Amino acid sequence: MYTGDTIAAVATALSPAGINIIRISGENAFSVTATLFRSATGKAFSAIPSGTVSYGFIEYQGEVLDEVMMLKMAAPRTYTREDVTEIHTHGGILVTKRVLEAVYACGARPAESGEFTKRAFLNGRIDLSQAEAVMDIIGSGSDLARRNSMKQLRGDLRAIIESVREKIIFETAHIEAALDDPEHISLDGFIDHLLPVVNDILKELKKLLSSFDTGKIIKDGLNVVIAGRPNAGKSSLLNALLKEERAIVTSVAGTTRDTISESLDIGGLVLNLTDTAGIRQSGDIVESIGIDRALKAAAEAQLILYIIDSPLGITSEDRENLNNFWDKKVILIYNKDDLLDKKDLDDNPIPNIQKAVRISALTGEGIEELKNNIKELFLSGNLEAGHDIILTNVRHAEHIRDAVKSLELVLSGIETGVDEDLLSIDLMDAYKSLGCVTGEEYRDDLADKIFSSFCMGK
Amino acid sequence: MIYEEHDIIVIGAGHAGCEAALAGARLGLSTLIFTMSVDNIAMMPCNPNIGGTSKGHLVREVDALGGEMGRNIDRTFIQSRMLNTSKGPAVQSLRAQADKKDYSASMRKVLEATANLTIRQDEVVEILVEKPVDNDVEKKRKITGVRTVSGNIYPSRTVILCTGVYLESRCIYGEVSIPSGPSGLPRSCGLSDSLRALGLPVRRFKTGTPARIAKSSINFDVMEEQKGDEHIVPFSFENIGRNMDKDQESCWLTYTNLETHRIIRENIDRSPLYNGRIEGVGPRYCPSIEDKVMRFAEKERHQVFIEPEGKYTEEMYISGMSSSLPEDVQYAMYRSVPGLENAVIVRNAYAIEYDCIDALCLKHTLESKDISGFYSAGQANGSSGYEEAAAQGLIAGINAALSVLGRDPLVLDRSDAYIGVLIDDLVTKSTPEPYRMMTSRAEYRLLLRQDNADLRLADFGHNVGLLSEERYNDVCYKRSLISSEIERVKTVGVSSSKEVSEFLAGFNSTPVSDGAILFDLIKRPELSYEILAPLDPERPEIREDIAAQINIEIKYEGYISRQKIQVAQFKKLEEKMIPPTLDYDLVPSLRIEARQKLKAIRPASIGQASRISGVSPADVNILLIYLGRGARSIRADLNNE
Repeated sequence: MYTGDTIAAVATALSPAGINIIRISGENAFSVTATLFRSATGKAFSAIPSGTVSYGFIEYQGEVLDEVMMLKMAAPRTYTREDVTEIHTHGGILVTKRVLEAVYACGARPAESGEFTKRAFLNGRIDLSQAEAVMDIIGSGSDLARRNSMKQLRGDLRAIIESVREKIIFETAHIEAALDDPEHISLDGFIDHLLPVVNDILKELKKLLSSFDTGKIIKDGLNVVIAGRPNAGKSSLLNALLKEERAIVTSVAGTTRDTISESLDIGGLVLNLTDTAGIRQSGDIVESIGIDRALKAAAEAQLILYIIDSPLGITSEDRENLNNFWDKKVILIYNKDDLLDKKDLDDNPIPNIQKAVRISALTGEGIEELKNNIKELFLSGNLEAGHDIILTNVRHAEHIRDAVKSLELVLSGIETGVDEDLLSIDLMDAYKSLGCVTGEEYRDDLADKIFSSFCMGK
Repeated sequence: MIYEEHDIIVIGAGHAGCEAALAGARLGLSTLIFTMSVDNIAMMPCNPNIGGTSKGHLVREVDALGGEMGRNIDRTFIQSRMLNTSKGPAVQSLRAQADKKDYSASMRKVLEATANLTIRQDEVVEILVEKPVDNDVEKKRKITGVRTVSGNIYPSRTVILCTGVYLESRCIYGEVSIPSGPSGLPRSCGLSDSLRALGLPVRRFKTGTPARIAKSSINFDVMEEQKGDEHIVPFSFENIGRNMDKDQESCWLTYTNLETHRIIRENIDRSPLYNGRIEGVGPRYCPSIEDKVMRFAEKERHQVFIEPEGKYTEEMYISGMSSSLPEDVQYAMYRSVPGLENAVIVRNAYAIEYDCIDALCLKHTLESKDISGFYSAGQANGSSGYEEAAAQGLIAGINAALSVLGRDPLVLDRSDAYIGVLIDDLVTKSTPEPYRMMTSRAEYRLLLRQDNADLRLADFGHNVGLLSEERYNDVCYKRSLISSEIERVKTVGVSSSKEVSEFLAGFNSTPVSDGAILFDLIKRPELSYEILAPLDPERPEIREDIAAQINIEIKYEGYISRQKIQVAQFKKLEEKMIPPTLDYDLVPSLRIEARQKLKAIRPASIGQASRISGVSPADVNILLIYLGRGARSIRADLNNE
């Protein structure tokens, strides 16, 4: 059993209004809490049964700090498998901070990012892929991302990987058994049996891989660039989007570009919005630099919202700009009113335009339609229904990709008619790559790689 | 009386003991080998053959390191076959039928002719050690010698236990239970107690052997004849290119049938294996016929090979039908097999129970972890088979010698040789039954082929000093020729002429439209380096074994390179060493079972730790974190308390 010192942290995002939870874990979790908590019924802390919630007060140096609910959970049936208490505070940010300081003063130390999870792993409560899923939850910006991480935490990904691994090892074991006991175990007809098995596994893994792009968008958000000629209304679209939602998740600071970036959750999907300088031919050096940066940002974007200044219609400059975005998904936005007909676009079709939306940045009209269009474009399928697991972790995707490569080598081996024992080389490679996803196989650097993510945020 | 001190004492002159003693003596150390019977040095008490699937690999590896087994079977074989020739190169294996008498006599002659080696017929009953010196941190005891049954003391710096199946052994069939070694030879009494007293983990295993039947009573007409190969490949690399031709004896194939199985089933309660009279654990992979019939209930027949025991005897070995059933049932059972209707049994089938040690107490060098200078090899370590024994004997002998010489030990890992797999398995995984080498146990078998054992292991053998300069130089020449020739065929073009197309058509190979590189043509399944010689006029004269290597290296290039990547990954974990003094009680979070196993086995590396049953991936990750970057933070955590 790993017995670390006692750590504490606010387990919820600090919010001014709602309830905040302080979690304390470790050998002294109970004694720390007992020092601070006074039960309303006067019951001694030691008399409170594990797994129950008690109402009471946090008292520190003779002063009552807050009225709280206190949850007591004894090791080992806790998330970290250590003694854990949770204090649910009610007095808002400032009070929560004072309670936390009191907890620290009584012997706990601030938990590092992900440290509760690290302990859960070290104490065998969760495996590596589940630990990673927790890290993903911590880092995730949207509901959908959280939901998906929850699924991985429950072990859905593990279940898929394990079942595929079992199939692979079963076939490999048959080949090896036949090598050692050809009298009793035959390889006659084995290839005919193996071929569909490998094909099925490949299908399953490829499906998982194809979810990775969606998964990445869910986890990291969609990079959206707002572009258009100067004064077409880019900034007002950005403002309209942000104003409408009032749900700024984070403000990405420190970008070196002359661009403004904001993040925005549109019902499960996080948009990382970048407003750019207007794009046009310019003699002005400073403006040219801005335009260069705008083009660079556009190159990295997964979606471009290209604004047309409706009164002017689609100019030749617009056409030139849009042609530069030929490999991007583009939504064309008619701004500034309803003067112009869509006719102009229909008359002069531009390739790669996914949608055209008419909005009024001033009144907010059309913003909802725009958001729906974006979601439809990137979250097609049954995401919301949530039947499928979605791959969000780069490391997992890499290993699964390796497994697919190995299984494709098995197929080509079958095609050229190589001996079964050679096929087992690639089968074992696939088996091991998949084992790296769940932590069943160790590469020397695997644990380091995963645990380095525990130190994020420092 | 107390005799003068030897460098190495070997207890037992079976296949392990002979290799161990020869290695020690050939490395210049004074070596004494004890045997219960000088007449039975290197005796083959069970099957009359050497090699076979994966075991053939071991013999070639022993030879490549400078051992004797390969040379001895080359001198004394009466039939030779390369098995699995229709399959890939990784699973091809050499097997030779031996003339048992010749094999034993020939090995005895080699021992007798070896300088520094003394043979002594006597029974060792006690291993002598001295207590650890006070300032020794590891608290190891040290070997001082052995005591014989007559009370005489033979001091020695090292002792190698090669007792085979002779310790407190008992031969059993039906209700008969005789305290003896195999074939009625005397067993060894008392040494087991000495081992126990030293704290070594003594176990009881069992194995068995089939009946021997008089040749004149067998009707071979209803059996399938199995002749030796016309072109004989020798076991020893030093015999490659020499004429190995001789008149070969045949083996014969027949089958059991439902009647055989009925007889066995009806009498199964009279089998000591099944009625509990034998407590020892038997080999799952070398099962008795009653095991096979009970385990593969759906099988209607099992193979039975009739193999000659040698040129000087009429006895035939009934391979595949070892048993411990009573004599009357044995008669009924054997006589139900086609061709054996009138079988006359010369020797009964029997099971044999014996004491051996659990090799988990050994290091990869085959030296005890707790008694310095004490080594153990062969069936004494819980393995099964002559070849497994010889391989361990050679390694134990080499390491005992190297330790006396103050040199670094020889440890082969799982990517070096089948020997490495064998020893790693024995000292890492507690096998509940006699351990038999198998192809599937070798993860990197495409690299560990029997045909390239010399290329793989010559450096080891040469460094140790057992491989002659002549043989080592030949391997170096072979290596350089292989690589230069592979490079050359990459530059040889083949035209799209009519002659070439016709030539290719002769092998059902499609013509090359714009010409091709010879290297790529060799890769076609229907072609080979050898076949394509006519299209390669510049080809130098190349020895057959070298040409075969070139062909395999080219044909399996992709698979070989992928397996090499696997090996590189494997090596990374093998190279993460665990300090032998690591206190597992200080490693937080290890599960109880894992902690116990790790404390007992004390793995040398993270790689070895990961192969211990009962140590889970999570445990290994914890070890990795503890030993690696994470160790600091965990220790810091602990210190903060």
